[in-house]
Amino acid sequence: MTQVNRLKQGGRIDRSRPLKFVFNGQQYAGYGGDTLASALLANGVDIVNRSFKYSRPRGIVAAGAEEPNAVVQLGATEAAQVPNVRATQQALYQGLTARSTNGWPNVQRDLMGMVGKLSGTFMPPGFYYKTFMAPASLWMTYEKYIRKSAGLGRSPAEPDPDSYEHINQHCDVLIIGAGPAGLTAAVTAARNGARVIFCDEQEEMGGSLLDSRELIDDMPAAQWVDRILDELSSLSNVTLLPRTTANGYHDHNFVTLHERRTEHLGDSAPTGGRRQARARLHRVRASQVVLAAGAHERPLVYANNDVPGNLLAGAVSTYIRRYGVMPGQKLVLSVTNDHAYRTALDWQEAGCEVVAIADARANPKGELVEKAQSLGIRIIAQSAVIEAKGSNRVSAACVAKIDADSFSVVGRVEELACDTIASSGGYSPVIHLSSHTGTRPLWRDDILGFVPGEVKGLTATGGVRGVYPLHEVIRDAADAGVRATLAAGVKTHAEATTLPQVAARQDGEACALYQVPHRKPSMRAPKQFVDLQNDVTAAGIELATREGFESIEHIKRYTAMGFGTDQGKLGNINGMAIAARCLKRTIPEVGTTVFRPNYTPVTFGAIAGRHCRDLFDPERYTALHQWHVEQGAEFEDVGQWKRPWYFPRTVNGKKETMHEAVSRECLAVREHIGILDASTLGKIDIQGPDAREFLGRVYTNKWAKLDVGRVRYGLMCKDDGMLMDDGTTSCLGENHFLMTTTTGGAAGVMEWMELWHQTEWPELDVYFTSVTDHWATMTVTGPDARKLLAEITDIDLDKDQFKFMDWREGTVAGVPARVFRISFTGELSYEINVQANYAMHVWKTLFEHGEKYELTPYGTETMHVLRAEKGLIIVGQDTDGSVTPEDLGMQWAIGYDKPFTWIGKRALSRPDTRRADRKQFVGLKPKDAKVVLEEGAQIVLDPNQSIPMAMVGHVTSSYYSPTLGHGFALAVVKGGHQRMGETVYLPMVDGTVYEAEIVSPVFVDPKGERQHV
Amino acid sequence: MFHIYCPYCEEHREEEEFHPKGQAHIQRPVDPEACSDEAWGDYLFFRDNPRGIHHELWVHAVGCRKFFNITRHTVSYEILETYKMGEKPSITAADLSEKDKQAGVQAASGGWQTVGARPESEALNKEARA
Repeated sequence: MTQVNRLKQGGRIDRSRPLKFVFNGQQYAGYGGDTLASALLANGVDIVNRSFKYSRPRGIVAAGAEEPNAVVQLGATEAAQVPNVRATQQALYQGLTARSTNGWPNVQRDLMGMVGKLSGTFMPPGFYYKTFMAPASLWMTYEKYIRKSAGLGRSPAEPDPDSYEHINQHCDVLIIGAGPAGLTAAVTAARNGARVIFCDEQEEMGGSLLDSRELIDDMPAAQWVDRILDELSSLSNVTLLPRTTANGYHDHNFVTLHERRTEHLGDSAPTGGRRQARARLHRVRASQVVLAAGAHERPLVYANNDVPGNLLAGAVSTYIRRYGVMPGQKLVLSVTNDHAYRTALDWQEAGCEVVAIADARANPKGELVEKAQSLGIRIIAQSAVIEAKGSNRVSAACVAKIDADSFSVVGRVEELACDTIASSGGYSPVIHLSSHTGTRPLWRDDILGFVPGEVKGLTATGGVRGVYPLHEVIRDAADAGVRATLAAGVKTHAEATTLPQVAARQDGEACALYQVPHRKPSMRAPKQFVDLQNDVTAAGIELATREGFESIEHIKRYTAMGFGTDQGKLGNINGMAIAARCLKRTIPEVGTTVFRPNYTPVTFGAIAGRHCRDLFDPERYTALHQWHVEQGAEFEDVGQWKRPWYFPRTVNGKKETMHEAVSRECLAVREHIGILDASTLGKIDIQGPDAREFLGRVYTNKWAKLDVGRVRYGLMCKDDGMLMDDGTTSCLGENHFLMTTTTGGAAGVMEWMELWHQTEWPELDVYFTSVTDHWATMTVTGPDARKLLAEITDIDLDKDQFKFMDWREGTVAGVPARVFRISFTGELSYEINVQANYAMHVWKTLFEHGEKYELTPYGTETMHVLRAEKGLIIVGQDTDGSVTPEDLGMQWAIGYDKPFTWIGKRALSRPDTRRADRKQFVGLKPKDAKVVLEEGAQIVLDPNQSIPMAMVGHVTSSYYSPTLGHGFALAVVKGGHQRMGETVYLPMVDGTVYEAEIVSPVFVDPKGERQHV
Repeated sequence: MFHIYCPYCEEHREEEEFHPKGQAHIQRPVDPEACSDEAWGDYLFFRDNPRGIHHELWVHAVGCRKFFNITRHTVSYEILETYKMGEKPSITAADLSEKDKQAGVQAASGGWQTVGARPESEALNKEARA
């Protein structure tokens, strides 16, 4: 297909670099330097999409980030799919493949479009709320069809081949936007020696200067841009970031920049040697930010303003001057200001016909107006395009004299044949970024727009603060560059600031016009679109206000105005103006909605950076990890640790199930001997003359009399009396202790102790050191534990010399070791601690000697079963931050008479912690021995009561005990300690009701004799 | 993302290195046993939620592991100072409103609300002036 709308000459495209691309299955041609949008226009493609709600045909409206319609799905292969790409921002490359996001079966013949045509009121605002209210259960059914017809973009189903990076950056001045203001501010800051980061979202830096008619220093503006960019790129204190969108402006001048490094080159990053990062997320901490984001042109809201061929005036100029593309042949221009007249001049100079300019002002005057008049262009004053004709392309414009004050058409309607209508209702500063900080924008009547409110460390300049004429922009931006440089603490010198020469232009005053009145009221007139992306009409906003929505935030949510990827770029001000008219208020009284990050969509790849796959979260391995892997262990995540869960064996060619493996491991421990890698236990080394006093304050039990060589189990509460961690602490020396914590609690306990030491008791002389990774811990447990250990240690293991809850120092397998006689299984146990780098040697020596005892490795699941059989709690499983030591029946571990009021003590005498009906820790024995109760199951006293039943507790741990031959559980039950022997009921989701008896939580060896042998 | 000056490390570091630990300057009663249940409950559970100046306890968790205090504006999120344990803040809500009054600032404690586009903020400003 030929490029029918391509001009013979002009534009910044590279005609020596022809490119082929595919849109909706059809092949087209374009040039290097084109965007997908400019190439589509050059090929005469009018319809690029179907609208979101009404499925109306839509064409390209804008030339930049504000484009609401030309949102496409990009990618030739499944893995390369990128949803919701604006064709106006996507550079053309060889083989680019894109399709419309909406439209079924295709955009030319859309069946859903019939829905939109059948009735104007078929989908009023709040349609979903009103229509699909009831029954709620059917919403899932409705949603499937709504989503299909709405046709949002889709994510790729295959893994992304590309990689992405995050970079932390620092600078004196970050300049956002490379139009005239940004360029001037950047060169000013850079010449003064400030460290500058200068970013711009477009393919080329230069902004509006790339299609400007004006001269700077007597040269075309685009040439001046090149000169400034040459200078900036030669400076070592400047980082230039083209194709980089400042997407989020966060606290303390932290700005996230999304740099697209290869998206102009192909579907995925080129693979010449090493594949480079497709995108980078720059995390910039800027001393000062200069916001030079410019302004978006505001379209006028008139009937059928969405028919392809309706464009923004500025976009038309951009396509002609920057891309060498004529969007049509016959133009009608509808304006409220002087600047938009340049579009008529550009159009006529390109050799096409300007039918007329409808100017809403009664008496337009100014340089550009005079220029248009001198070229013989017809100007119709005090009028506007009130309606576009045509269905798939504009065929005519209805122009009439209007009275904005009375909001009415006052004259005869003239129908002018044309194929393009360009409108300009003024300019809306791009205040999105400044609004991210929470600052409220300010309305300025003189420029008819919101400007950024005050933000510390931010200087707004140029269009974004309502300064539009080029000569004023440059003066304003040079000043902003100096101020930001000074504020960043960099000295400035006057000769660094030389202003380029720009002719002062005299513009006439603009007038306020948002929605154009129609002969019919908005509700009856053809649709007048405010937000093209979300299909929000002027009538819709009127209806919302009639239905009682007054807050602009509510109107936004009711009508969906400014939703989605659009974020109110084109439509917001018009929508507010319509709401203000209906509510008989001013625009500042109605206010604006809040803009949130991100300014334009960011891919998940860029957000994730390298934090994905193996690098998503750190994994911690014990010193014995490789052995576990070789033994075929299944692993469980405990915090960041990988712990062996169980060690399945292959018996007769069949791999054990978890149940089989755990049963075997449990019985091995109870009957012979098992071994557990317990290295992940948190370990904190505590030293200092006041270490013992400190322990007495943070633990509930007594520490004053613990002798060297002894170990004690301790409970740690918060000051509200609720259990937060438990573990053993050993006395290594008079002023030296080793504390163990739960695997997941280690870091929190460490910080907790530092908190109390640093903030409340700095007078205590005590120090804490985390030694979790320094020691490997191997637990040998079972009746044969002593026999095995005796073979490889010089420590006297005599049961009267080395008693339960003692620890001894010596050698094990020839290396220095600390051996702790503590038990988490209820069996005779020794926890062998050696330096982590000796662990594998000791572990393997244990297995060499352990073979004759059938030494069996076990994992966390068996550990859980064994400890639960003994009624030993796991903090965080059997407790949840609302359980006191007394609730657990652990009065024996509470030192009520300690002299210092330890953490948690006072709270234990509050009325709530003294309640008799607190949930208390008990054992549950299911009546049916085969039943293993569900963890989390709720407990009731009477299963026949009506729903909702009174729930008196829940199951916290539940397992099958191979030792006992039946299921058993631990639970918390209201007043449970007084209910021993009572029957409770557990109603399940499927209607089954289980019966269980409340029993002691200690199921195996209730007298605790086995660990003392 | 805050940029926080650690008074012990004496440099600005990213928020990722720190943990917030709630309101600062809450002292554990010296004799908890002598506290009424209500007083103990206040110490345990009740915290200020001011609009404006707030003193907070933070810890440089993956840095020097030291606890210190921050004076922060809860509206603008500006960190006005950081100071070591045992030190007093040099900026307080009372000081600030006094300074504002002397400087002729119209609304209570600065921030975006004073210049807001919303009509009610105008009323707020008038109120503050009166």
